[in-house]
Amino acid sequence: MKKIIMQLDELSCPSCLQKIQRAVEAEPGVDSVKVLFNAGKVKANFDEGQTSSEQLFDAVKNQGYEVLSVKVREV
Amino acid sequence: MLRWITQHKTQLMISGVFLLGISFSGYLAGWSQLTAICLIAAGIIGELPIAVSAYEALRVRVISIELLVSIAVIGAFIIGEYHEAAIVTLLFLFGGWLEKATLGKTRAAIKELTELAPQTAILLTDQEQHEVDIEEVEVGDLLLVKAGQRVPVDGEITSGTGLLDQSAVTGESDLVKRTQGDSVFAGTTLDNGQLTIVANRVGEETTFGKIIELVEEAQDGQSDQQQFIDRFATYYTPAVLILGILVGVITKNLNLAITILVLGCPGALVIGVPIAMVAGIGNGAKNGILVKGGAEMDRFRQVTTFIFDKTGTLTEGHPSVVNVDRLVPNADDGFKLAATLEQTATHPLGQALIEAFQPVNQEVNQVNVVKGAGITGEVGTEQVAIGNQRLMTQLKITVPQRQIDLSRDWQKNGETVVWVAINGQVTGLMGITDPIRPDVPQALAALRRLGATNLVMMTGDNQATAGAIANQLGIEEVHAGLLPEDKERLVSQYQESGQHVAFVGDGINDSPSLARADVGIAIGSGTDVAIETSGIVLMAANFNSLVHAYGLSQKTMANVTENIGIAVGTVGLLLVGLLIGVVNMASGMFIHELSILLVILNSMRLLKYQTKLDDYQGRSRQLPVQSKVTELKGRKN
Repeated sequence: MKKIIMQLDELSCPSCLQKIQRAVEAEPGVDSVKVLFNAGKVKANFDEGQTSSEQLFDAVKNQGYEVLSVKVREV
Repeated sequence: MLRWITQHKTQLMISGVFLLGISFSGYLAGWSQLTAICLIAAGIIGELPIAVSAYEALRVRVISIELLVSIAVIGAFIIGEYHEAAIVTLLFLFGGWLEKATLGKTRAAIKELTELAPQTAILLTDQEQHEVDIEEVEVGDLLLVKAGQRVPVDGEITSGTGLLDQSAVTGESDLVKRTQGDSVFAGTTLDNGQLTIVANRVGEETTFGKIIELVEEAQDGQSDQQQFIDRFATYYTPAVLILGILVGVITKNLNLAITILVLGCPGALVIGVPIAMVAGIGNGAKNGILVKGGAEMDRFRQVTTFIFDKTGTLTEGHPSVVNVDRLVPNADDGFKLAATLEQTATHPLGQALIEAFQPVNQEVNQVNVVKGAGITGEVGTEQVAIGNQRLMTQLKITVPQRQIDLSRDWQKNGETVVWVAINGQVTGLMGITDPIRPDVPQALAALRRLGATNLVMMTGDNQATAGAIANQLGIEEVHAGLLPEDKERLVSQYQESGQHVAFVGDGINDSPSLARADVGIAIGSGTDVAIETSGIVLMAANFNSLVHAYGLSQKTMANVTENIGIAVGTVGLLLVGLLIGVVNMASGMFIHELSILLVILNSMRLLKYQTKLDDYQGRSRQLPVQSKVTELKGRKN
């Protein structure tokens, strides 16, 4: 299990949350997805056997949000 | 292509406004052809980013506000209302842009805090220095910190001395001196000097990292109101869509149907609660107050009973000897022997004794700690007993009447009396006191003014000492002679009697009570335990921040109510406007955006909230109050 923290550009609509949350959750092997509206961060745990940080990065990006930085660490 | 549209939203909006301007000039000049073309172009340009966003949301099965607006705009095109379509899209885009700008202002307080996190560190290897990214630093690395730089990690000083500004972690702005062997915290600034430190904790594990994580999550930590609204909004937007379709099908009036879609946008309602929380929590963070989330904010507002731990909270937690009475000429030798014996124990009163009298270099044997009474032992060849009057009685040591009277006087001043006997004879006694924090009396008066009805003190100290301190502070209810578990039980008793309780402690041995209370408030420590068990952490050991936090919770929750009022009021107003036929799609959108702006501006007022203790001076209740003291039997000292 790894934990990914993505710093996004500022989020301004609360409905963005739902969009990002569901897009990340739709990836295989992902759980406890948390989107911090005010801090503009996405936190999630994922199984590196099933998905990768690049795939999660793309999932967010495909929703039209800029990802400024990505941090991955073991949990 | 889709991404290009989302990224150039602002440019599209500006060109739309430009086209709208041309069409208006065309209208004035009477060129109806140009007017129509420009309006259609503006409408399409404005619709693009909204439709893209709506489509992306639909792909993950979210019915978004953008979907409502896109459908309404397409509807407007179908019935030929080009100017409404253009105005609605541009207003929507402009509103979104304005929201983003003002939200940034509201979030600034917390952003400033996170920006204090150091980005680089100077790594020392074999007498060489490398500047490295903070991510690369590991536990055990040796780092150099120069004057003016931020300490990059939590660590211990291995060499050097410096003056540190620890305000980011403790909230105290006074510079403190730190030298070899001392701990330093990430996020503090070295004002003067140069330090070599070894990293103990790095990144998110540092105290500062935890503070940031806590605050970031706190902003989104939801109050009951917000959870309700979120659930509501999940169903609300689709419901508006269905309503719009139904109205369209039944009345065959497409214009009415699309107007309902626009008017039904939940804008201000969705943003009203979180924006107030961000502003409130941001204000707290700026003032050294960490509130763990909206729920804590709400519970704190309801609190009327404050329970204070005495030692280390109401008092400074550093007892010192303030009175000495000598019964024999060489009494000081007795005190020194007592100090020597106390070195083997860890009682805080013993520390005061050690500070006041120089321990002697003698062997200590047969140490016996008598719980709740004192300590006995053999120092060199002398039999030493230190403790309260009960210990003397237990050991059948005669206690002179004059000293008993004296000890009563001292206790009335809030001092704890400690007797010293050498070889079965009292040689001296001393009064030890733990000074009250200077800002406490004013702060308690301020809490009362803000609505606290019940101030309670709990302590492990004996009745007489506790009562005296409570009297000085004007606290009516005192529970003395308590163990930590007694405190927790008493907290639940207050809760069972229907009171909303805040427990204020230093977070060191109060964890059970902090966790049990409706709101646990740890004062003066950014320690891990305090951060974990309490709902609110006051980083500075300063009662002004307690008053500030209490006032802030009330103001924040009032702000939430105001915002909900504005949002619901707007929808009501629009509905009435629609019924009497004065609201159309464009003006409806305008009023919506206005209401969103209004709730953001309303919440921004919270950022400026300040409490000053001086405001409450002179208005406090007259002292002294006769305190009601309850003591658990059999546990003294």
